Amino acid sequence: MTTVIKAPGESAAERSGGAGPGAERGGGRSEDMVLNVFSHGFLAVWAVLIVLPLIWLALGSFKTDAQIGGSALSWPANWNFDAFGRAWDKGIGDYFANTLIVMVFSVPLTMLLGSMAAYVLARYPFPGNRFLYYFFVSGAMFPVFLALVPLFFMVKRFDMLNTYQGLILVYVAYSMPFTVFFMHSFFRTLPTAVHEAAVIDGASDTRIFFQVMVPMAKPGLISVGIFNVLGQWNQYILPSVLMQPQTGSDPERYLLTQGLIQLQQQQGYETDLPVLFAGVTIAMIPMLVVYLSFQRQIQAGLTSATLK
Amino acid sequence: MSQVVQGRGRTGFIAGFLLAPLALYLTFVIWPYVQTFGYSFTNWTGQSPTFDFVGVDNYSALMKDEVFRGALWNNLLLLVFVPAVTILLALFFAFMVNAGGRGGAGGVQGVAGSRLYKVVYFFPQVLSLAILAVLFGAVYRSDEGGLLNGALIRLGLVDRLHPVEWLNEPNLVLWCLLLVVVWHGVGFYLVLFSAAMQSIPKDIYEAALLDGAGRAQTFFKVTLPLLWDSVQTSAVYLGIAAMDMFVLVSTMTSGQFGGGPDHHSEVMATVLMRNFLYFGKSGYACAMGVVMLVLTMILSVVTLRATRRERIEF
Repeated sequence: MTTVIKAPGESAAERSGGAGPGAERGGGRSEDMVLNVFSHGFLAVWAVLIVLPLIWLALGSFKTDAQIGGSALSWPANWNFDAFGRAWDKGIGDYFANTLIVMVFSVPLTMLLGSMAAYVLARYPFPGNRFLYYFFVSGAMFPVFLALVPLFFMVKRFDMLNTYQGLILVYVAYSMPFTVFFMHSFFRTLPTAVHEAAVIDGASDTRIFFQVMVPMAKPGLISVGIFNVLGQWNQYILPSVLMQPQTGSDPERYLLTQGLIQLQQQQGYETDLPVLFAGVTIAMIPMLVVYLSFQRQIQAGLTSATLK
Repeated sequence: MSQVVQGRGRTGFIAGFLLAPLALYLTFVIWPYVQTFGYSFTNWTGQSPTFDFVGVDNYSALMKDEVFRGALWNNLLLLVFVPAVTILLALFFAFMVNAGGRGGAGGVQGVAGSRLYKVVYFFPQVLSLAILAVLFGAVYRSDEGGLLNGALIRLGLVDRLHPVEWLNEPNLVLWCLLLVVVWHGVGFYLVLFSAAMQSIPKDIYEAALLDGAGRAQTFFKVTLPLLWDSVQTSAVYLGIAAMDMFVLVSTMTSGQFGGGPDHHSEVMATVLMRNFLYFGKSGYACAMGVVMLVLTMILSVVTLRATRRERIEF
């Protein structure tokens, strides 16, 4: 790809607003009017199709079970947060905590190991460098399903089924291709002059990495960090295979995604749908907050990663 | 770039930095991938440590497996429709967002509020598939409580006593799942295509406008050819996603690991998981994994070749 992305966020802001200086000149042509209305129409319909189901689901947390089954378009009768409390008691709180425990370790570890590999591969030529780079990056091509059966027994052999550390290591390993790919291209863009100055000052390679390169790579680290947070938070297949109680006394360590599906299956017997909807709403809120706070970086990061 | 490589002790540093990442990656990613090939030639159950080498028995059994063949067919259908529908919608919306506004300096102006649209459209992308499964499970409910049936009944399009059994209707179930994937994906590709569109220099549009090109002509003759690389990449990504589908199918449809009704929504991944975790046929499941890998590779190569065009530099 030869395109150069210049901070998509900014250029988007520039172009939006419709009423730029040129708008008056070209405006008024009827064809443009028609098109403008037409575009807004289609865009608005899709926006409604995105937002409506989400709001509808969140409203379901305030309904009664009978109301949910009765009519989809009814307005909630009781505006209390009972269902949220019940969902929390049903385990959403624990699932939340489990996911957090895993990610507190897996995300920093992913970033550290991924950047270390990417840095060496990006800036130190040695025999086999290109091979190793493609070796790391190729992992992103294959569906995780392929590895699932042997992976299960591999983790079992290490006695790490249904343990946090087992899942953490697996998460780090599976996040490696994307992290190396992204950070590799980022480290290549950093100026070499700073590096050379540090060498002249007598800094060791390790020191240069941690004290010069990592601070300079902060924007890249933030982008890739957000992706790893989103990716690992939303992971379902790996925990559902690796985080099952192995014996009767083995505690349940379900993660949030797994727990939600669990909750959904329970509702088949218990009929407490408001709890399920409240659980999903609780799970959605942190993502909404993360997304809205970082959406500029997310969109810019995604496009720069995939358009290169 | 100039490299700083002189001096001794680099080998130790390089090896030290690569050791841990490489060890993890080899242990948990590469080695299991390789093992899958080996196990696919055995009758391993997964429970017992012993197993026999059975040659290509698993593969020939796969060819005769009606359920797997049905799953393969469903995957192929998704493979065509998921990328086609998602990319067309994303391109359409991206063009609307970036060029649907009132004629500007170059006759190409984004609509008002284009940023807001992009923020909203992208949101499904950050939701986990588990959340999508619960959400759309509720949307597709087969009674008046489902959002879709509820709305259709209110509009008088569906009889209150005979609502549509979205996920239990053999001929509908796959398309219902397809809609979920499209709903989830359009925003991502819209953002991707928008970024590509914005990187196209404005003077190209101005030149096209001066030459008297209309908006449709501008799109097909200027925008689309310049976006082709992104479209191609997107097709491969979406194709890989369409080969998977495990989470949605296994959680939204009936049956052990989904696939119902009567295998009408079966995909290869659900058949694989059922054979592995439920029937204990690990070797057989590995053979399916290999078939999935081969198909994914063929898909990537074919898509990249079939859509190859001369690259336009700008």
